[in-house]
Amino acid sequence: MLLLVGLSAFAEQPAMVKVGPGVYRPIYPAAASQTELTLPGFLLDVTPVTNGALLAFVTAQPQWRRDRVKRVFADRGYLQHWEGPLKPGEADPDQPARFVSWFVARAYCAHRGARLPTEAEWELAAAADETELDARRTPAFRDRLLAWYAQPNPARLPKVGAGKPNAWGLHDLHGLLWEWVLDFGNTMISSDSRDGKDPSGRRFCGAGAANASEKDDYPSFMRIAFRSSLEGNYTIGNLGFRCARDLSGVTR
Amino acid sequence: MNQFKAVAVAVAVGLWASTVHAQAKPIQAVLTDAPAVPPPTGRKAPAKVVVELVVKEVTLPISEGVNYTFWTFGGKVPGKFIRIRQGDTVEFHLANDPGSKMPHNIDLHAVTGPGGGAASSFTAPGQRSQFSFKALNAGLYVYHCATAPVGMHVANGMYGMILVEPPEGLSKVDREYYVMQGDFYTVGKYREKGLQPFDMQKAIDENATYVLFNGSEGALLGDNALPAKVGEKVRLFVGNGGPNLVSSFHVIGEIFDRVYTEGGSKFQENVQTTLIPAGGTAIVEYKVEIPGSYPLVDHSIFRAFNKGALAMMTVAGPDNKAIYSGKELDEVYMGDRAPGPSPAPDRSVARAAAELAGGKLTLETQIAAGKTLFNGTCSVCHQPTGLGIPMVFPPLAKSDFLMADKLRSVAIALNGLQGEVVVNGVKYNSVMPPMSNLTDDAIANILTYVRNSFGNVGEAVTAVEVSKVRATSARPAGAAH
Repeated sequence: MLLLVGLSAFAEQPAMVKVGPGVYRPIYPAAASQTELTLPGFLLDVTPVTNGALLAFVTAQPQWRRDRVKRVFADRGYLQHWEGPLKPGEADPDQPARFVSWFVARAYCAHRGARLPTEAEWELAAAADETELDARRTPAFRDRLLAWYAQPNPARLPKVGAGKPNAWGLHDLHGLLWEWVLDFGNTMISSDSRDGKDPSGRRFCGAGAANASEKDDYPSFMRIAFRSSLEGNYTIGNLGFRCARDLSGVTR
Repeated sequence: MNQFKAVAVAVAVGLWASTVHAQAKPIQAVLTDAPAVPPPTGRKAPAKVVVELVVKEVTLPISEGVNYTFWTFGGKVPGKFIRIRQGDTVEFHLANDPGSKMPHNIDLHAVTGPGGGAASSFTAPGQRSQFSFKALNAGLYVYHCATAPVGMHVANGMYGMILVEPPEGLSKVDREYYVMQGDFYTVGKYREKGLQPFDMQKAIDENATYVLFNGSEGALLGDNALPAKVGEKVRLFVGNGGPNLVSSFHVIGEIFDRVYTEGGSKFQENVQTTLIPAGGTAIVEYKVEIPGSYPLVDHSIFRAFNKGALAMMTVAGPDNKAIYSGKELDEVYMGDRAPGPSPAPDRSVARAAAELAGGKLTLETQIAAGKTLFNGTCSVCHQPTGLGIPMVFPPLAKSDFLMADKLRSVAIALNGLQGEVVVNGVKYNSVMPPMSNLTDDAIANILTYVRNSFGNVGEAVTAVEVSKVRATSARPAGAAH
């Protein structure tokens, strides 16, 4: 009941579709036993969260306004493209929200009774092109992703939901902006940060290929590289997010 | 006791010196775009040097009418040239432009430490990183981005060079230039127009579409050629960003007086072509002696001709014929066609010259010498039979045009002929080059032979007659006088 009340405040929240169950093969398995991760089905937003939806959120939870947020939760760039703390101005309500930190994204999803997708969930959802659920080995799909990754950001981002959805019914996983995942620091950082090993140096340059499984899946490498360059309070002009929810409705 | 005192003093002086050093104002490094090189540091002691480099993803021409989205250290390919001194402590700032799609970092081969700075400089779009290193080793070093997938970051142009001067500096030269080779992989073919994306498979196959100096075809050609003047000493800082290919670096028409191979401390002398590995460098020095154009190439030569690995140095100044004469001879070489198989030495031309000098040159001698000369030069077109080639090269045999005017035929031999003529009732319209490089007596002998062969009968032509025509007629520009 409480959940429903919470949801009603979000007229602009995106529709969700079911993704999975499915199998995700990480490029850098965390352990030899984890080369394949079997994922149960989950719900995922059809489009990234928009400026309009985020405005509703910061209005409802003013501690997340850009002029009130704690710096440890969002750096100085947070919502810098808005005219004022509650005024998107030039930023169109239907454009994806960007310049948002991981903490902001997580709080937004929690407010909606949802959560951020895990890296494995996001990758499973994003492996699909318009016709196939796993198109990662389809050259045309790979070339399309590489072409987008190679281009600098456009001055103005398009609105969410343009173009054809992928085989899961999802829009904009590629070609619009990067998206936060719950465990964005997972791949580069060892499972135990106290083990005293170099957490990330091994992944650079030639060493990065030493224990990678799919050496010509460049788009995956690029997403991993991007995610591992992040800190939780970073806000970046081409980084947004979407929310997920377990099928049972219980948030993680 | 005295020893203790000495140690104490030394420690005190050391502390004092390091305090002073720490307080000295940091120096802002001068960074340059290729082909410019920052001035020598000129410093006698190490210092703290601040380097500020901004990564930018930019779309620029890679060839005429062909664009490519380069990822750059500072907005151009190659990246900014950094010049420091051995022992300097470098405070390195790497910013990633907010417009960037990708995170980037920098691995400087001049850095001693894990990743060459890569892990410490990993920077998301719109962020800035800082790290410091001490330049322990002198030399010319490549730097590059080392973010996964590293090959793609390098293939998109993310490399440059850092020079760590030895304490005594480099020897004085008149000019220094920054030249860096790289290979590029595009979906479209070489020179296919439009915005060309990166081709991952071609890169993995090491099948380069472009091999370029300084990031675009023509970066160092035409108005952008590297200037120098006769007598100057030139130093090239040459790097190879790769990602795949090893360069056979060569300057056509020069011999490198010195090559500091692989950018290290020892030099080799008198080098024609030096090998520059991907991710490696060379310092090349030479003195320019003769004016003209000197192409810089990768002597894996199809790359120069078909993939763009061509730059130019233009040297201005006075000629020096003692070192290089320019062209002294230009004539058709007939291979084994002219003299026939295993010929006896042909002395006919020499005999004619001797008789002419003695004042008693006979018609027979002239004809014999003329035949030898004709077969060496004229028969290529007019054929050894004098019949020419129908519709293309007019016949000399029984030629009404030839025999109608002796002095006109002398002028044609000297000055060439272009345009329509009618020979034996047939129109010809082709080009005969001027033969004014031949001597007066050679032309006289040839024409005497022609006028008395192939069914023609006519009087001899003398060297004096040729000389008069040569003095009174005009030749096309560029022909010998």
